[in-house]
Parts: sequence; structure tokens; C-alpha cells
Amino acid sequence: MTTLTTPPQVLPAEVAPTAGRNVVRPGILPSPGARQWVSACPVTALVPGRGVAVLLPGGAQAALFLLPNGMIYAVDNLDPYARAAVLSRGLTGDRSGEPTVASPLLKQVFSLRTGAALDDPEVALPTYAVRVQHGTVRVGLPLP
Amino acid sequence: MSTTTENPTRTTTRTVVVVGHGMVGHRFVEALRSRDTESTWKVTVLSQEAEAAYDRVGLSSYVGAWDRASLALAGNTYAGDDLVDLRLGTRAEHVDREARTVTTSAGDVIAYDELVLATGSHPFVPPVPGHDSTGCFVYRTLDDLDGIRVAAESAIERAAAAGREANGLVVGGGLLGLEAANALRLLGLTPHVVEFAPRLMPLQVDDGGGAVLEGLISHLGVQVHTGAGTSSIAVQEDGRLAVELSDGTALLTDLVVFSAGVRPSDAVARAAGLDVGERGGVLTDAACRTSDENVWAVGEVAAVEGRCYGLVAPGYTMAEVVADRLLGGEASFPGADLSTKLKLLGVDVASFGDAMATTPGALEIVHTDATKGTYAKVVVSDDAKTLLGGILVGDASAYTTLKAYVGREVPGDPGALVSPAGAELGADSLPDDAVICSCNNVTKASICGAIAEGACDLAAIKGCTNAGTTCGGCLPTVKKLLVDSGVELSKALCEHFEQSRAELFEIVASTGIRTFSGLLARYGTGTGCEICKPTVASILASTSSDHVLDGEQAALQDSNDHFLANIQKNGTYSVVPRMPGGEVTAEQLITIGRVAQDFGLYVKVTGGQRIDLFGARVEQLPAIWRRLVDVGMESGQAYGKSLRTVKSCVGSSWCRYGVQDSVGMAVDLEHRYRGLRSPHKIKFGVSGCARECAEARGKDVGVIATDRGWNLYVCGNGGQTPAHARLLASDLDDETLVRYIDRFLMFYVRTADRLQRTAPWLDALEGGLEHLKAVVCEDSLGIADDLEGAMGRHVEGYRDEWKAVLDDPEKLSRFVSFVNAPDEADPMVAFDESGPRKVPVLLGLPTVRENA
Repeated sequence: MTTLTTPPQVLPAEVAPTAGRNVVRPGILPSPGARQWVSACPVTALVPGRGVAVLLPGGAQAALFLLPNGMIYAVDNLDPYARAAVLSRGLTGDRSGEPTVASPLLKQVFSLRTGAALDDPEVALPTYAVRVQHGTVRVGLPLP
Repeated sequence: MSTTTENPTRTTTRTVVVVGHGMVGHRFVEALRSRDTESTWKVTVLSQEAEAAYDRVGLSSYVGAWDRASLALAGNTYAGDDLVDLRLGTRAEHVDREARTVTTSAGDVIAYDELVLATGSHPFVPPVPGHDSTGCFVYRTLDDLDGIRVAAESAIERAAAAGREANGLVVGGGLLGLEAANALRLLGLTPHVVEFAPRLMPLQVDDGGGAVLEGLISHLGVQVHTGAGTSSIAVQEDGRLAVELSDGTALLTDLVVFSAGVRPSDAVARAAGLDVGERGGVLTDAACRTSDENVWAVGEVAAVEGRCYGLVAPGYTMAEVVADRLLGGEASFPGADLSTKLKLLGVDVASFGDAMATTPGALEIVHTDATKGTYAKVVVSDDAKTLLGGILVGDASAYTTLKAYVGREVPGDPGALVSPAGAELGADSLPDDAVICSCNNVTKASICGAIAEGACDLAAIKGCTNAGTTCGGCLPTVKKLLVDSGVELSKALCEHFEQSRAELFEIVASTGIRTFSGLLARYGTGTGCEICKPTVASILASTSSDHVLDGEQAALQDSNDHFLANIQKNGTYSVVPRMPGGEVTAEQLITIGRVAQDFGLYVKVTGGQRIDLFGARVEQLPAIWRRLVDVGMESGQAYGKSLRTVKSCVGSSWCRYGVQDSVGMAVDLEHRYRGLRSPHKIKFGVSGCARECAEARGKDVGVIATDRGWNLYVCGNGGQTPAHARLLASDLDDETLVRYIDRFLMFYVRTADRLQRTAPWLDALEGGLEHLKAVVCEDSLGIADDLEGAMGRHVEGYRDEWKAVLDDPEKLSRFVSFVNAPDEADPMVAFDESGPRKVPVLLGLPTVRENA
């Protein structure tokens, strides 16, 4: 039924918890071995909950996300379904605790931790290692 | 089997002439044309009325809107069909069966191979003295209603001058009589109903039901006189009519409407020497063939095996039978189910099966509740096991279930069927082949099948079975089947909030929580997702005038709202500046052209009377907006779940037909509601006259000019499931129109589900259109001030979202391609300009299989 509902147990107005992010932590640690680190941006340039696109050497692109809990993730920016570089513009969130990003085009949901498409076991995004040094976020690529 | 080759093709096209273009005549033409795939028949249709076939059953809905087009039956002009020749305003004067010709009132002589009589019937006017006085009407056609309207309006003026109420008298208390009484009531008259039988609706209900019905209808202000005939009518000096009833009652009335039954319009058939029934009507066999093998009769004029039917459904069946016969089929009329369920003056009345208990030995079980005004009767077989029929008055919610049981054994005590204390007849106990939706002939088995295959709400079941899509009367039963099947009708928005959107709206409105994180911490779990974030963002935007990219809200917006543009398949955006009511200046148009040229944008005019510029990259958006804002344009919010466009025709300022300034109104409305965030997109249309060039009835809010103001229609849409907007109020002045739209929109914004447009919202609204009318026009919930206040704050706080970004360096800094190379164009974006138009080319490798 769709009529005006009585609000369920309304509590007094409250102060919203501030998005405390004193600590940021890379969500994907580098695997062993040497790699090339690309400077993306100062960590303060990131908006919690949103992503940015990072241009990588060779023309590839990463989608870099800071989540409200302070975790930073980088996955490939190319949406494998739509074949367009758009994932940095997707909405983040979680599915049963797994951090996710949804494609802004056709809303497929990917794990930020593993890159896996959560409704399609055969599809996964490449992921990138992330590191924060002196306030700058860097994205790690395996050396060619 | 023969080995010789027959010649199956008919070399000549034959002609069928259809006399009468009512609902059944139209149905016959449609049935014949849709099945006659080889075009063997040419059809000539003679319509006595100047109007092509319209919904006569819904005649009383003409009152108020006075919009003939809204009653037109789909496809009634056969536009584009060369094989149908429809002649409006043309009677058949004479049929020559020897020569097989019809002479028309226009003097034409048309030869036929087959003739179909669909002349319907005409109202019976009892021959009382004075029955043809000025002020006496019948109730059958649109023209009749126009005449009644004129008389009613002058009666109201006359009555007001004399300081009394205007009233009207309906002769006949049957189904049509009560419809006519309702029309008089809608016109502002106090109706009197005179019925010769001792009760109202004598054909459908018994004395007990009639008494309850009379009570309910009297309560609505209708004066009922049963067991009385009309003895005489005489015109008074003041123009009123003095009516004397057979019981001695004398009444003074402003007008009289005869609705004392109908008689088959069989004059042409009689003159042609066709056999007619004892009580009139053209006699036919079960194939609807008359005494002349080349002449057929369908609808109310036909006496099929001696019996006439006054309902449209049997008429439709006859039309199908004759269409089949003309194409060589063997169909015959199977008889008709005369069960009816209707709402008369808002009162439910249903009658089904052997309602009058005429079966030998039949037993009746009756339950009357005088306090609630309900009457329920079931008729069962002499062993009290099989349901034979019944009557329901005041509450007909059990109709669908009970009707499905007619002719079947009832589980348990049949008395429980009508006893409110007894066990309700569960839909689950119905047999599988019971028809739940009679309009579309959908059985319980197919509904349960759909549920088993995953249809988990009413909309899904309607979509895959058609059940409940016509009259909607079976929806409570369908809902029951759904609930009985154990499907949990979850209203949870997503895994993070177990509340519905409407509940979250109320929480935000009453707690003053203004952040997603605050709402999530108090009322949800986890960190949110692509479903709840934009929903909460929309609620926050509907309840304040903050910019959608302010603070934490920025992280909640879907990509379109985040970049204030519409994302396209290659990740570029399209830009749509607002053109209120479709108005644009030459300077603005030139600027749009220059912008498209300078940024290489593909230009397309949208369906909403504005211009879409495609192919802009993220980092180009601010520069494009700057150019547009500088010539006085602003965001058209084409990207938002918000007001999109107010489409308008040019209206009275230019159009010779226009009766109101539709462009002016459209511009005002678009300016008022621009930027209003809502559960889904909202579209408006404003038409300057009844020709409706702005297609306003296909919009969420449709405004159509009348010579006295505006008619307001709501809850229409185009798209995948088109819906016609429904009339909410008529002849409104500008101020009332705006006030009603304020209330309507805010009520929708507060109570609708996520991504639920206004039409499905209205479908799901308990009480439907009547409830909505009460809330908006009568303030039945006492929230009108609140709704208007909220809209006032929205209007007050509106700012252009593009300009706000251009003025804010922090927001502006997000419009970059790459955080580490802000001006570098995305190398994945490419276009092909070799064809007739510029199109995006996808460079990303297909890593996902094509069918994904």
C-alpha cells in the first residue's frame, strides 16, 4: 500500500557521524616483485565514496577509489561489458560487506578488492596495487 | 483427399455493408479486418451518429471533461485502411434484399454481398402525456449528454436566481437510469429516480439487495421513488416541469431524463421484410444469420434464437461470430454470461449466475448488515453443495472468487461464504481452471504459474498474464494468490535499508537527518550501494535546496547527476539546456549551434521539445555550460530523476483554435517545478484546446485548456507501458491548477517507491483515483498546507545546477578526464564521422561474450 506512512519510531535528530578518515590504507597490496609506481594525486583530492580516473603509461587507465572507511582501491577503468572507460564514475558501496563499484552504464557490480563481477563468475577487472607515500596516492604496475 | 487442384483463391473482392457504428459494429469491422489476411472483403460502414464508435458504456465519464476524444474507441476511424469506407452521419434508409443494395440518407445506393445490421437500440420513452416537452431527454449518445448539459446549466442559473436547488428526474431505476442519475449529480443537479418496479435495478438484484441499494443511494442525495410510474409531465410557466407519479406524488423538476429501458432499432429490418422477434429485434439463428441468408444481425438489435442482449460483451461475441462466418468459419453464439459487477454512484453492485434463484429447489443464504450497508446473497443447489449464483450490494469484493465457484461444489458450509464471521473463501481453495480475470480470461492456474516462474508482485503478474489489466476487479484475488503462495512482498529498498523509499522519506522529513552516513548509521547497515545512495540523494534533494554536489551528497549521485549530464554508451555525455515549454530565442539557438560546431557535438532534437548535444567529454562540460549560461540558458535536468519538460502547443496567442495561452502556462509550470527531484522522471504537457496537440494525456501531468479554464489530467506516460492520464479536476482557474499540481507532485514525491512513475504509483495507491482526488482536491488527509509549503520552499530555493558548479572552484575541479592529467582527452573515446551522422566507436576490447 502506498499512502503516507507513520514514520517507524522516530528518534531525536542527531549529529551525523563525521566521515573520520585520519588513516587511509591501500586496499590492494602489491604482489612480490618490482613494479613501476605512478603518481595519481594527493590523497586529499579524493572524495570519500567516489572515484577518479588515472592515466597510466601505455594508455591504460585505472579507476581509483577512496571509501568512507579510509580504504583505497584501484581497478581497471575499462568497463568490460560496455567497452568504455567509465568505472571511475561508478557508485561505490558494499554487497554483504564486499566493497563494490557499479558501472554507471549498465550497473554491473564489481568487487573493488578482487575485481570480480559479482553476478558473472567469468568476468573480472584487472586490479592495481596502491600505495600512499608522503600524502600522494600511487598506483603500481608490474614492470614490463 | 482429392488429387485434383482446386482453385483456392477468390478472384474478386466482395463487399460487406455494416449498418451502425456503435461498439459492436466497430468490433465486427476490427475482427473481420484483422482476420481477413487476404483482403477478400471490402467494408462500408454507415454511422448514423457524426461521431465514430465510442465507449457508450463509459458515457457518464464524458461529464466534466466534455472531451469526446477521450471516449473514442481505439482505431475507430480505420485510418490507413483502404478497405474500410466509414461514412459518418449517414443512415441506412432502405434495404433492397432482391437487388442487394442499401440506400443511404445521403442518397447513395451501395451494393452488398453481405449485410450486417448493427443498429443497436434506442431508449424507450413511455407514452405519458407531456413526454416530448422541452426539458425531456433520453440518455444514450454524446449528443444527448450535450443537450442535458445545456439544460442543466441553465437550470442551475435559474435555480440560483430563485434561491433554490436545481434538480432533475430520471425515469427508470435500472442500470442505465442510475448511470444517468450519476451524470445529473456530476452536473450539479439533485437527482430523483422513479422506478416502476418495487426496487432499484430489478433485473440484477432482488428485493433485499434493492432495499440496501436504495439506502446507500439515498444517502448520496439521490431521491428514490420505487413502485411508481410517471403519469404526466406538464411545463410550468417558469420553465420547470410538473411531474405527477402514479402514487400521487407531485414533483417540480428542471429536467427529465427517460431511461426506462431500450428497444431494438429494427425499423430498417422490418421494412425490408426480415423476421423479427415477438418483442422486437431481428431474429437470427445461433450463427447470427437472419431470415435472409445474406443478412446478419449483431449486438442489441439481434434477437439471437429469439433473445436480445443489452450488454456489450455478448454483442462482441456476436461480432466475432459473424466475422468468422464471413471468412468461411463455423462459429456460433454460445449464449452469454449475464453476470455483472459495477460501481454505480460509487456503490458496488454485483449479480452473477442464477441470482434470482429460479433453479428448482434452489436455496438462498442471505446476510444483510444494515450498519455497514452491505447485502450478500448466495444461491445454492437443493443439497446445499453447489453454488448457483448470488447478489452482492455495497461490497462486491468477493465477486471474482464467488463467480469462479458457480456450478462447482463449495468447500465447507456455504453459509460461510456470505457470513463475515465465517471462514472467507480462500483463493487457494479455488480449482485451477477457475477463471480469475474474466475480462481477459485468465485462470488461477496461469496466475499461479506466473508466480512459480518468479513473478513476485502485481505488476509482474499483470505483465505476463494480462490479469487485472482491464477492469482491475480481480486484483484483490490476484493479490491474495500472491500472498498465499508465500511470496514475501518485501518493501526493503536494498540490503542496506529494510525501509521502503516512502518510509525513508518520512524519516528524513521528521528527524532532520541530512546525511547519508547519518541515515545509514541510524536506520541501515553496511556502507550503501548503487540503489540506496541515489534514492537517499533524491530524498535529500527533494527536501532541501542544497546543490546536489554539496558535501557528502556528491558521493551519492549516480554518474548522470554527478556530472549534471547524460552519460552515453562510450562514456561521453550529452548536454540538454532547458527550453521551457519548447521556447528558445534566436540568440540561444545560434549559440547552441556554435557550441556544437566548436566542440564537435552531434545535435538531435528530443521528443520533449528541446535540443540534445551529444559527445561531450567530462572535461569539456564546464566550458560548454559557460557558453550556454552566458546567453541565459540553464540546466534542463535531463540527467535527473526530476521534472524533464513541459511540452506545449503554441496555444491561443498564435493558433486559430486555441482557447488558452498554453505556452505561457507551460513556461510558468516548467519554471515552477524545474529541478524538483522525484522518485522518477516527471513529464508535463499543456495543450491550448481539446485537439490536444501537446499530447498532454501521455504525461505525468497533463493540462488541457477548456473555454472555462484548464482540465488537469495526471498519471499518464509513454514508454514501455503507455498509460493515459486520468482526469483529476476540470475547468480550473490558473491559481487552483497550480495549487493542485503542487499537492499532487509533492504527494507523489513523498509516497512513491524508487523508480515508480506516477501511473504505477496510482495503480498501487489504495483507493486509486478517487483517493487521489480526495487528497488533492478535498484535502481529505489534512496535508495540503504541508504539501504546498514544501513546494513553496522548493520554488524559493531553486538555483541552476550548472551555474552553481561554474561558480564553485572546488566542484569545478572534479570535471577532469584524469586526476593526473586533467586536460588529456580519454584515449578510449573515438567517433566515426564517415556516415550520415557522427557516432561513437568503442575501442575497448570485447572481454565479455556478446550475449552477456
